[in-house]
Amino acid sequence: MEKVVIEGTPKTPTINFDMVSGLLEIKGRSIPENSIEFYKPLVEHLERYAQKPQTNTNVNIQLEYFNTSSSKCILDVFKKLEAIHKGGSQIVINWYYEQDDEDMLEAGEDYQAIINVPFKMIEVQE
Amino acid sequence: MMVDIFDFYDKMERNNIMLSFKGDITSELLTSILQIMETKLDNMQEEPKIKRKVYNVLVECLQNLYHHMDEMPQGNGTEPDKKIRSAIFMIGKLDNQYNIITGNYIRSRNVDPLKTRLDEINKLTKEELKDYYKLVLNNGEMSEKGGGGLGMIDIARKTGQKLNYHFQPVDDHYSFFSLNIKIAQ
Repeated sequence: MEKVVIEGTPKTPTINFDMVSGLLEIKGRSIPENSIEFYKPLVEHLERYAQKPQTNTNVNIQLEYFNTSSSKCILDVFKKLEAIHKGGSQIVINWYYEQDDEDMLEAGEDYQAIINVPFKMIEVQE
Repeated sequence: MMVDIFDFYDKMERNNIMLSFKGDITSELLTSILQIMETKLDNMQEEPKIKRKVYNVLVECLQNLYHHMDEMPQGNGTEPDKKIRSAIFMIGKLDNQYNIITGNYIRSRNVDPLKTRLDEINKLTKEELKDYYKLVLNNGEMSEKGGGGLGMIDIARKTGQKLNYHFQPVDDHYSFFSLNIKIAQ
């Protein structure tokens, strides 16, 4: 499986992971009660990808809401990316936040402080 | 059993209760409540900033209730077990301030640890809450179902208010825990 697409639902985001072009996108809302269950497949795909990553990997995170349960899982995803980056693959995490959404910007900065991968904070006009 | 429904209605009206629920907290119920609240907030034409904040805090409050149910006895559907597994939730808006109130049973032996946690969180400044959040995020353990211990910290951080709580002893084994969260504009 070179391309993984998980369609979004009212509580879970759309996940698009193209291992051929080196693109990972998580967009929408992430507020499931049991986030571990939801993010488990993605973490497993990342472990597979880690064995033979592309030279460059672009990560786009554009979330409207995410609950604290997801925030841990998202950190796990970032940690997998960090390991891949450490292994020599170039990774950039683009963190999108809506204009005036200080909470979302701050959340991105929280991750930036913890994870050793370049982050780009990108403001989106409403 | 006769309920003075007007009295009930009047109380809710005076407190400007927008939505309330009492009963079993399920995933489907939370989805419904969140969808209803989102529509209401849109119709009230609240600023995006406020809408987001209320919605975020609502998600955390409700999911706290949901995760907490796991700590209660599963039961075989007998009356006492059903009662223990049900909770109450209300949201209202008064004087430009949203109030989210939740109530649920808790085992009495869990009261002190929870109280200690809440008091610890209430002592922290804005900056300290940010650091504490990052600390628990990075080092904390996930419960099986995905409760990460971050919910209360997040609520305190987003509202900038103290967590206003109360424990009401019910019997030898159980107390009733209520939380009153304010989101000021």
